[in-house]
Amino acid sequence: MKAFAQLFLSLDETNKTNEKVRVLKDYFNSVPDTDKMHMLALFTGRKPKRVINATQIRTWATEITNIPIWLFEESYHVVGDLAETMALLMPQNTSSTTNKTLTDWIGELNSLNDKTEEERKLWLIESWAMLDTQERFVFNKLLTGSFRVGVSQSLVIKALADITKLDAPTLTHRIMGNWMPETYTYEQLVQEQGASDDISRPYPFFLAYPIQETSEKQKSADDLKSALGDAGEWQAEWKWDGIRAQLIKRDGKIFIWSRGEDLATEKFPELHPFLNALPDGTVLDGEILSFQNGLPMPFNVLQTRIGRKNLSKKILEESPVALIAYDCLEYAGEDIRAKTQSERRVILEQLQTGTAFPEIFRISELIKFDNWDKLAGIREQSRAMVAEGIMLKRKSATYQVGRKRGDWWKWKIDPLSVDAVMIYAQKGHGRRADLYTDYTFAVWDGDKLVPFAKAYSGLTDAEINKVDYFIKRNTLEKFGPVRTVKPELVFEIGFEGINRSTRHKSGIALRFPRILRWRHDKPKEEADTLDNLKALLGD
Amino acid sequence: MAKKPLLEFTDRGIYCDKGKFYIDPWKPVDYAVITHAHADHAYWGHKHYLAHHLSKEVLLYRLGEIQLQTVEYGETVMKNGVEISLYPAGHVIGSAQIRVAYQGEVWVVSGDYKTEDDGISTPFEPVKCHHFISECTFGMPVYQWKPQVQIFDEVNNWWRNNVNNGLATVIVGYSLGKAQRILQNLDLSIGKVYTHGVIENTNEALRRNGVILNPTERITQDTPKDEVRKGIIIAPPSSVGTPWMRKFQPYSFGYCSGWMAIRGAKRRRAADRGFILSDHADWDGLISAIDATGCEKVYLTHGYTASFTRYLNEIGFDAHEVHTLYGDDEALETVPTEGPDGQKVSPLGGDLEGVEATS
Repeated sequence: MKAFAQLFLSLDETNKTNEKVRVLKDYFNSVPDTDKMHMLALFTGRKPKRVINATQIRTWATEITNIPIWLFEESYHVVGDLAETMALLMPQNTSSTTNKTLTDWIGELNSLNDKTEEERKLWLIESWAMLDTQERFVFNKLLTGSFRVGVSQSLVIKALADITKLDAPTLTHRIMGNWMPETYTYEQLVQEQGASDDISRPYPFFLAYPIQETSEKQKSADDLKSALGDAGEWQAEWKWDGIRAQLIKRDGKIFIWSRGEDLATEKFPELHPFLNALPDGTVLDGEILSFQNGLPMPFNVLQTRIGRKNLSKKILEESPVALIAYDCLEYAGEDIRAKTQSERRVILEQLQTGTAFPEIFRISELIKFDNWDKLAGIREQSRAMVAEGIMLKRKSATYQVGRKRGDWWKWKIDPLSVDAVMIYAQKGHGRRADLYTDYTFAVWDGDKLVPFAKAYSGLTDAEINKVDYFIKRNTLEKFGPVRTVKPELVFEIGFEGINRSTRHKSGIALRFPRILRWRHDKPKEEADTLDNLKALLGD
Repeated sequence: MAKKPLLEFTDRGIYCDKGKFYIDPWKPVDYAVITHAHADHAYWGHKHYLAHHLSKEVLLYRLGEIQLQTVEYGETVMKNGVEISLYPAGHVIGSAQIRVAYQGEVWVVSGDYKTEDDGISTPFEPVKCHHFISECTFGMPVYQWKPQVQIFDEVNNWWRNNVNNGLATVIVGYSLGKAQRILQNLDLSIGKVYTHGVIENTNEALRRNGVILNPTERITQDTPKDEVRKGIIIAPPSSVGTPWMRKFQPYSFGYCSGWMAIRGAKRRRAADRGFILSDHADWDGLISAIDATGCEKVYLTHGYTASFTRYLNEIGFDAHEVHTLYGDDEALETVPTEGPDGQKVSPLGGDLEGVEATS
């Protein structure tokens, strides 16, 4: 655990990418292979099992810190990280009395499963006593299962690639999917792998780069021409607003993976018949959407069934899903990612033409265009198509790993927007700890302000500081972590879509609300009204 | 009839009606008693200023021609029959608590203070009083400082490593207080100390005031960069991410502040190293300082006033939350952070260093 605690400390002590990679390599080189795999699991978002629940951890930690519970909670709002809060509040300890490795600790943690509450508490208190302050912090991270460390997966892969002499895409692929650090060994990770390996393992997703970084920089047809060249080298499709997924059929088994690497096979039973009918050794990439009468439905319809544990008959009837496939990554058991976009498209079309389930296994139609002007015109119809804009894919492109500039671009439509007044604020987490960064916005309904959206992003650090300064001096009321703020500041709020909602006071729900800019020029009286918003519903 | 309190909180600042004077007022008044020379306490525009001797040159440098009377710690000034005397606050050089007494009733205004002896400011002295007006910038139990000797070991080791790795060393702290505290605790066997103009102006003011500081060299156009690389640069928060700082690349940049105790705050400032070094009292320091005054009532001004007040009441103090315009000087001196695109983000308004951000 010392090495793991030191890893955190060292990563915190530098902002430079090269230095971080060096620190990661030092760590890999200094710990046993089992620790390497545990660290890799933690740093790639594979959370350790939560054996002790968070309330118990808090309660027991508070007993040690000798402060009232409410002050513990307030401290947590200041720090923005539960593991760190506990480490800071406990009596400082500068010398550790244990040499247990990361693997040992995770092993002990997992073995608590069949222990009584009293035994768990005893184990936890003894463990805290053994560890020094920095070790306690990372230990608490293991307990609370939140592992955002400010190091991207690609940096970890880079360090590992240097050590193993394997290339980064190969390693990225090998750590995809469901694996357990207890059973997947470092040796297996680095040795030559064959088709007999984990049949559920997905390929890394290829992600498109936004062609316009912000809404202010709208790209024209001319911009596209100069940036992307001859329109004939590109294929265009609608950018569907659903759940990006990779669908696998191997050895008679099917697997559906979401982009977040969650195995979601059971969430989409409608897709099983067509998947089962695919030839073995097929992997498709596409978007899962709710469909009705052959037309895609807005994302919020799909949203109602994500997160449900049990899919009732009613849900399946109200929001049945289908797949819009747009790529094929494996065919006849062969990885075809190195083939060109056009070649893969031919294979995809063959597969889709042969399906007995054309209503469920759909294909993303290509948009016909021979110049950028024409495509720019077609893009204007995105909303009518229930699409977010247009995808551009270079016909000669291979299927790459991660978000890369160059061959896949997304050209989204301008967001809808309204001017709204900030009325509540709450502190953020992580690097936004102890700063008011999470805001609730309202529009006018007569002489009342009605909250309709929360937004966290869109301001620069300097603007956040100014808003924070304003909030701290213009608080009307405090409800726990939430402050009611004097209604004064006006912001332009952008969003991708708007729908009716019975769950919200305002009667509407927005898709992807974010702050486009601070309207210093607008007094609160000139903010938009609820009627303005409802007019955007388009029904 | 209820007696009017000796000190009251007004929209201009803390006011003594009996003595007709203000303490650290933020709007222009006739007579201002100043706890210390930071911009959120010593505002421009008052007719008459009273402060400690060691604040003299810095006040004149920051505020220009002002009518200023200075006194020694413990010396008493009478104003309309009210006694005013200053006691060390240990915050920065020349910082004072203000003791106000009338007919046996004693009030003390802490200004900003810290309880640890930093080796350069006159150490904090508890003053017995009936009413204590205290800051609580770091009034949360997560703020617990380590002895400064440990922090400066870290700073000196970091500097030594940077020299060995061919990196320039830039250490950031605000110009009155933190800069001198750093300067006096560096291991000068490692190299020379260079200063940003803003810092050096304050150093010069202090030297004019008779304060003896370690030797420093002001960085100018002509300073050879290779030489600077072997030394250490003390720079104000406003210089972070500016072209001035970038010309020393490659460098490692360390930030000294109490806010560095929280990882999120450190990451936000994008510092390579965050040294937890504050000129304010930590949680235990605040409680022990308040306890040592033996006060009947304590009033909490800037900082985590709500939680701290609640906690003090729970452990038996008669504590009250008060709103003032004293900023959290460290918070106000917001570090301009650098966006991912290298774009400089400017400090917010009311920034303590804002008045001197050029040069």
